[in-house]
Amino acid sequence: MRHVPAKTLEPSNEVRDYLAAQEKKSLLRFLTCGSVDDGKSTLIGRLLSDTKQIFEDQLAALERDSRKHGTTGEDVDFALLVDGLEAEREQGITIDVAYRFFATPKRKFIVADTPGHEQYTRNMATGASTADLAIVLVDARQGVLRQTRRHSIIASLLGIRHIVLAVNKIDLVGFDRVTFDRIVAEYRDFARDLGFESIMPIPMSARYGDNVSARSERLAWYQGPTLIEHLETVPVGSASAEQPFRFPVQYVNRPNLDFRGFAGTIASGSISRGDEVVVAKSGRSAHVKRIVSYGGDLQKAIAGQAVTLVLDEEVEVSRGNMLVQPDARPQVSDQFAANLVWFDEQALLPGRSYILRTETDEASATVTELKHRLNINDFGEEAAKSLEMNEVGVVNISTRTPIAFDAFAENRSTGAFILIDRITNATVGAGMIQHALRRAENIHWQSLDIDKRARSDMKHQRPAVFWFTGLSGSGKSTIANLLEKKLAATGRHTYLLDGDNVRHGLNRDLGFTDADRVENIRRVAEVAKLMTDAGLIVLVSFISPFRAERRLARELMAGGEFVEVFVDTPFEECARRDPKGLYARALRGEIKNFTGVDSPYEPPENPEIRLQTIGRTVEEMVDILDDWLAERDKAETQYESGGGI
Amino acid sequence: MTMALTHLQRLEAESIHIFREVAANFSKPVMLYSVGKDSSVLMHLAMKAFYPAKPPFPFLHVDTTWKFREMIAFRDQMAEKLGFDLLVHVNEDGVRDNINPFDHGSNVHTHVMKTVGLRQALDKYGFDAAFGGARRDEEKSRAKERIFSFRNASHAWDPKNQRPEMWNIYNTRIAAGESIRVFPLSNWTELDIWQYILQEDIPIVPLYFAKERPVVERDGMLILKDDDRMKLRPDEVVENRLVRFRTLGCYPLTGAIESSADTLEAIVGEMLTARTSERQGRLIDRDEAGSMEKKKREGYF
Repeated sequence: MRHVPAKTLEPSNEVRDYLAAQEKKSLLRFLTCGSVDDGKSTLIGRLLSDTKQIFEDQLAALERDSRKHGTTGEDVDFALLVDGLEAEREQGITIDVAYRFFATPKRKFIVADTPGHEQYTRNMATGASTADLAIVLVDARQGVLRQTRRHSIIASLLGIRHIVLAVNKIDLVGFDRVTFDRIVAEYRDFARDLGFESIMPIPMSARYGDNVSARSERLAWYQGPTLIEHLETVPVGSASAEQPFRFPVQYVNRPNLDFRGFAGTIASGSISRGDEVVVAKSGRSAHVKRIVSYGGDLQKAIAGQAVTLVLDEEVEVSRGNMLVQPDARPQVSDQFAANLVWFDEQALLPGRSYILRTETDEASATVTELKHRLNINDFGEEAAKSLEMNEVGVVNISTRTPIAFDAFAENRSTGAFILIDRITNATVGAGMIQHALRRAENIHWQSLDIDKRARSDMKHQRPAVFWFTGLSGSGKSTIANLLEKKLAATGRHTYLLDGDNVRHGLNRDLGFTDADRVENIRRVAEVAKLMTDAGLIVLVSFISPFRAERRLARELMAGGEFVEVFVDTPFEECARRDPKGLYARALRGEIKNFTGVDSPYEPPENPEIRLQTIGRTVEEMVDILDDWLAERDKAETQYESGGGI
Repeated sequence: MTMALTHLQRLEAESIHIFREVAANFSKPVMLYSVGKDSSVLMHLAMKAFYPAKPPFPFLHVDTTWKFREMIAFRDQMAEKLGFDLLVHVNEDGVRDNINPFDHGSNVHTHVMKTVGLRQALDKYGFDAAFGGARRDEEKSRAKERIFSFRNASHAWDPKNQRPEMWNIYNTRIAAGESIRVFPLSNWTELDIWQYILQEDIPIVPLYFAKERPVVERDGMLILKDDDRMKLRPDEVVENRLVRFRTLGCYPLTGAIESSADTLEAIVGEMLTARTSERQGRLIDRDEAGSMEKKKREGYF
């Protein structure tokens, strides 16, 4: 085989001119979405092919693969060009989003080809989050389907304002105008409240190329633009440059004592040297002394640029805070309402603690109220106790520390967040903030003169929470009861919170679903915290089956105060003891959601104390706990008096 | 006055944001430095992201011992010039077993010297995040990968279960032993890379430019005879031809193209009219269908 040198353009001038033209092109990021088999990947293959993005070797590989896995008979199966994972090609479906790049003489494009299956909705959302336009494909034979609606709703919530309604496979309905008009009317009716600026319906056949880049003679009744023509001309927003200045601080750059710069990407607006800025969370102000960049200081920087700002005064700023325009500040709050898309197989549980992350900030957060779930078919509001995977809802969120934000509708960068599971670290949800809740602004911490230290000193003790967790019948209450007697006998001030007892009062409105169990523990943890504030030694005897809530309880307490006691009795032994006759009933199916039977128990991984009850007396186990407390108090006394250091 | 960022300015800003996100969230990041043009761009962006400070992480080169000699010389020269902390790791087990591309084929060689070598280095230093220069336009399994790409404790990628990646909010949380591979150039195309090298005047290995070089035609590729470890087969001859490389790796696995492009403009001009994709010059992608995905699942970049 002889290698033929590639033909080259006339170097220098011609290339430089070409590159200069490239630099002036605008960029449109869009996604293709819609139901399974509506032809998303085929459309992208067609776009790439028509815009000459497919190289000879890729085409050869494609022809090879088409014979092996293709679903289009003798024709080249363009879907195989984007379905890059082996599992995808074997199953003939798209699992995850693929990003593809192409350009026309007018514009550059990044397209996200997203999966249609409901179970992969989170990957569709991933593709949509960075897109300005969505091509919603509809199979002309099928019309508007459930996934068409779900994807449109998610696109709308994620801030996409332009839709192309691609009525695909029009060849299979004989290029019929009536079918097209009916689908368009149905979609427009459904999308009326979704807030799209433009909906452009185009009849097409991605497989044969009709109305993709070339006008179709077979669709002579259609007078509108081809898909490419529309993509080249739809307006793309650079509106963020006109909005108020927002600079989420990402990284404090401090190479030496003489330089302290705040590095970040300008989320919106612009900044010039000398401008006044305000630190969002503290309200302190300063002026911009320098806008540092590698090529030299800048006079001005605009939205989208990654710069380093140096201020003229030493103000307290760290990652997660925001530098903002003094006369147009963001909201700072620890409670707000938001739209939430749920991604995880484990349902969203109100009351459970998650990690909330904005572009640069992070805080513990709980959903305090699930206001309603959105019905995918008609955008209607439905009551719900939890959000299952791929569901969308409106929630109130409370964070442990305040965050700075704007409404998502006003600012896509500073109004978005994700939720992360504390145990698995999975990204479980994506949120779009609507507004701060009034109550957060009006309720401030009262400062009190008698504090926790004063209260516990009066009792001559350090507060603590013994958190007994274990199966029903494992011995939690028996041990806790004897421990309390022993502590009381030595003059200690205690309180025992018992699961059953609390359910008669404070938590009488709660049942035994996962959502209610989470709320049950959250309330008890808050009560225990108040009691430690009163200086008490608190004994909590609750099954508390989930790690996430026990961790929430741990994080509520001060360091060294939380003692997780795992009362470790095997299921068989608990069921044998069955002091209240509950196991027998649960095993007969008479009690639902019984821990260890049809509701899970997640054993602690690193408890402070693990009590294996078999073969031990209650007295022995209580001694272990009492010794632990004595050791802790001894260590603290030494530390406070400076001993041992 | 309204200003708008150019295409390259937008790409640059996105990459810088990614670099800073890693520096702010991980305790022990590292940049994988492969000495190629994408690595050169990556290095340049890292310098920009932390200016006036130096990048707060070391650069790691996993040396398969079969890289072009000019690459090694360039690597050492750049480390000295920019003053970054360069770590070089070689899989000594592979060296002891004399694993090489000629006797063992590209698959075994790449697996042992590159993939296993990389895993060894990551474990040895305990890095929790590693930057790589991969781009989504290179190959179709890469087109599917997140910018922050999660790896389990054995460095494996699970393509069917990637974390959602929303907006520019990256989930950087991992458990002990797990890590994240980070790809700041995800949204760059090959053209963007060349254009940026031209605009910023970024130094690259001279092998990218056309020059008379001693090459052997083997299995439909032009292989540069870089040292005496390459033994000629009976019917092979070494010829001096005017060639250059579109991509750089281990010399026995990297095909040259005949070209007279000896300036950046000429390279870009040639690329604009090219009819084959960049990775075709690499033997490793052709070994079997889905081979890149397979390597990535095993821990390759």
